[in-house]
Amino acid sequence: MTRTLLTGNGAAAWGARLARIDYLPAFPITPQTEIIETVAAWLEAGEMAGRLVTMDSEHSMITAAGAAATTGVRVFTATSSQGLLYGMEMLYAIAGWRAPLVLVNVSRGLASPITLEPDHNDVLAARDCGFLQIHCATCQEVLDSVLIAYRLAEHPHVRLPVLVNLDGFYLSFTREPVTIPAQAEVDRFLPPFAAGNIAFRAHAPMSQGVAVLGGAAYSYFRYQMHLAAGKALSVYDEIAHDFAALFGRCHEAVECYRADDADYLFVMMGSFATKAREAVDRLRDQGLAMGLVRPRLIRPFPVDHLREALAGKKGAAVIDQNLSPGRGGILHTELAAAIGCGRNRPMPLLASFIGGLGGRDITPEEFYQMARDLVEAVAAGRSPVPRLLYTDEELRGVRKLQGVAGSTGGERR
Amino acid sequence: MTEIKSLRDLPARHLLGAGTPMCGGCGGLEALHQVYDLLGEKTVFVNAAGCMTLLAVYPFTPFRGSWLYTAMASAPAGAQGVRDALDILRGQGRITPEEDLQVVVLTGDGSAYGMGLAATSGAMDRGLDFLYLCYDNEGYGNTGQQYSAATPHGAHTATSRGALGYPGYKKDLFSIWAAHRPAYVATVSPAHPVDLARKIETARTRQGPRLVIALSPCPTGWDYDPAETVAIGKLAVECGAWPLKEYRDGRVEHTRVPKKRRPVVEYLERQGRFRHLFHPVRQDALLAEIQARVDGYWAGATATGD
Ligand SMILES: Cc1ncc(C[n+]2csc(CCOP(=O)(O)OP(=O)(O)O)c2C)c(N)n1
Ligand code: SF4
Ligand SMILES: [Mg+2]
Repeated sequence: MTRTLLTGNGAAAWGARLARIDYLPAFPITPQTEIIETVAAWLEAGEMAGRLVTMDSEHSMITAAGAAATTGVRVFTATSSQGLLYGMEMLYAIAGWRAPLVLVNVSRGLASPITLEPDHNDVLAARDCGFLQIHCATCQEVLDSVLIAYRLAEHPHVRLPVLVNLDGFYLSFTREPVTIPAQAEVDRFLPPFAAGNIAFRAHAPMSQGVAVLGGAAYSYFRYQMHLAAGKALSVYDEIAHDFAALFGRCHEAVECYRADDADYLFVMMGSFATKAREAVDRLRDQGLAMGLVRPRLIRPFPVDHLREALAGKKGAAVIDQNLSPGRGGILHTELAAAIGCGRNRPMPLLASFIGGLGGRDITPEEFYQMARDLVEAVAAGRSPVPRLLYTDEELRGVRKLQGVAGSTGGERR
Repeated sequence: MTEIKSLRDLPARHLLGAGTPMCGGCGGLEALHQVYDLLGEKTVFVNAAGCMTLLAVYPFTPFRGSWLYTAMASAPAGAQGVRDALDILRGQGRITPEEDLQVVVLTGDGSAYGMGLAATSGAMDRGLDFLYLCYDNEGYGNTGQQYSAATPHGAHTATSRGALGYPGYKKDLFSIWAAHRPAYVATVSPAHPVDLARKIETARTRQGPRLVIALSPCPTGWDYDPAETVAIGKLAVECGAWPLKEYRDGRVEHTRVPKKRRPVVEYLERQGRFRHLFHPVRQDALLAEIQARVDGYWAGATATGD
């Protein structure tokens, strides 16, 4: 075990190395590239075994990744943003192959307009493809989650690919102290991949990805995936428990911070949740019983864990770093559905906020304001209209850019 | 390597199971039969979207070996993943050489000439050890024979129904592949099984990227009687429209140079997709252009000594 400063990308690479991956099909894209460069350097130096192949696109990369995993080797791959969407067809395809690999996505906003900076629209576009999703808030969590993800993906009751998400720039390029576990300890946690009967071999022919005729066969296989993803919840809890026992770090499906005795909550995912954590402490100092709930698992969606965490609270501000145009925040929609269904327990009023798109910061003042809005909404007994975080200063800045570009904006003409 | 001199040297029985959903008289299926008989069951066929995708419909497969359906664009990338994984497993001693498989990409022209071309180019760049079999039915057959980059000039397709047919020209995929300098490239025709078998034998015994295009007459898409498949396949070669050739070690050689080429119209007039070139009025100028292009090809081919 060593403790050192690592970027989120470095932590992802260490996760792959410690998982003793056999194969890494790759393709460069900012802000992910450092991951594949790091592994490439280790392979070239002979510091780890395995093979890296740079493919001609992410579509090809994900195809090769799935094909290799269904041939029986441990596969790691990584991408971001445009790359994830370029390979989208194959995300669905290889999840259907039940290819148990790990893909790290380094979140970055999607074109258009084109940007390098992060938000969660890329990873949430892959929400329904059959990959399980783990969202990280710290560099340590990135390393640990890659190891956990292999256990989860390869579990015989699950056997689905897992996507581990970290935020571009805020995690990918930020150095944090990270404990790198010893290889022997990791080996105890993560045994070699046992492909079982899903592998191409001369003596045991296999057909993979075949066509079906009719909705009955199609539905059967799709339902199988859904049920396996559902099972992944309890399997995840077991794995996280094992992980905590071995390494002393607890990565629950839903992380709660000062939530037990809270009246009000922030709910958000990813690295910006660390900003929310700070805000919770300051708000507590001021006497507001604030807490934070951060789902790490997005697929499967930990409905019961979240209901448990939210039950009895007065209000929850759901902060989405994504935007579904015409609907709003995706986590908010999911959470509303989760607390709206099922047993009669008192559930909090939800307030929806969109922020942090394309790398835009969410400032402490904005967290305080969101808390005030939430308290007011609860007092009024009515959910407020969803808010798009934006400051006057930002608007003035964009107006200035428009002036430079020779346009004053449609509404002023 | 077995030397193949005549039909007698070819395998006597087909390995590929019967009862596939392919059309009667499918030239592509005939090409696959011939290739599969030579390659045998220690193979994994990596397929892209097209007519052949319906060969393996759950829970049936006509293959004795393995099959992986990928997507329209990325069959060569699927082959990369399987090949690399098998190499890794062999390197680690986790499988014996007997467990290893030949990796064969199987796609139509739509994939090979178009959507899958970048993935194929990449596989060649990387020197992937695989065989690519493209059955070229000169259109997007599975979706109803719209024109593709392999459609010949003047052909009627579902998206070129005008008086002069398809305005574009068939892409020269053989040359594009050969420009990558892979281990082997060949054109074949299932109507010329001995030539086909020799080439597959050559391909089988070489290492690296090996790519084969089989002109695959398609009664459904080309609009002719299924019984004519062999005759039309032969005519394509005899009129010079489908040159049989191979590329290896930096050289292109024609494996069959028709001594006296039949007029191209003999090939065209037997197919409904060219009927509009003859009826209601004969498109003499267009027919002459098509003939001139074929003549031009062979003038160039013989001039360079191929
Ligand atoms: C990404 C994508 N786009 C379009 C299709 C629809 N599609 C299925 S088969 C096919 C035609 C493929 O043509 P070709 O490769 O020539 O094979 P053929 O159908 O002629 O056998 C098309 C366009 C698809 N499956 N995937
Ligand atoms: S449409 Fe053509 S290529 Fe497709 S199965 Fe029928 S005959 Fe064969
Ligand atoms: Mg075709």
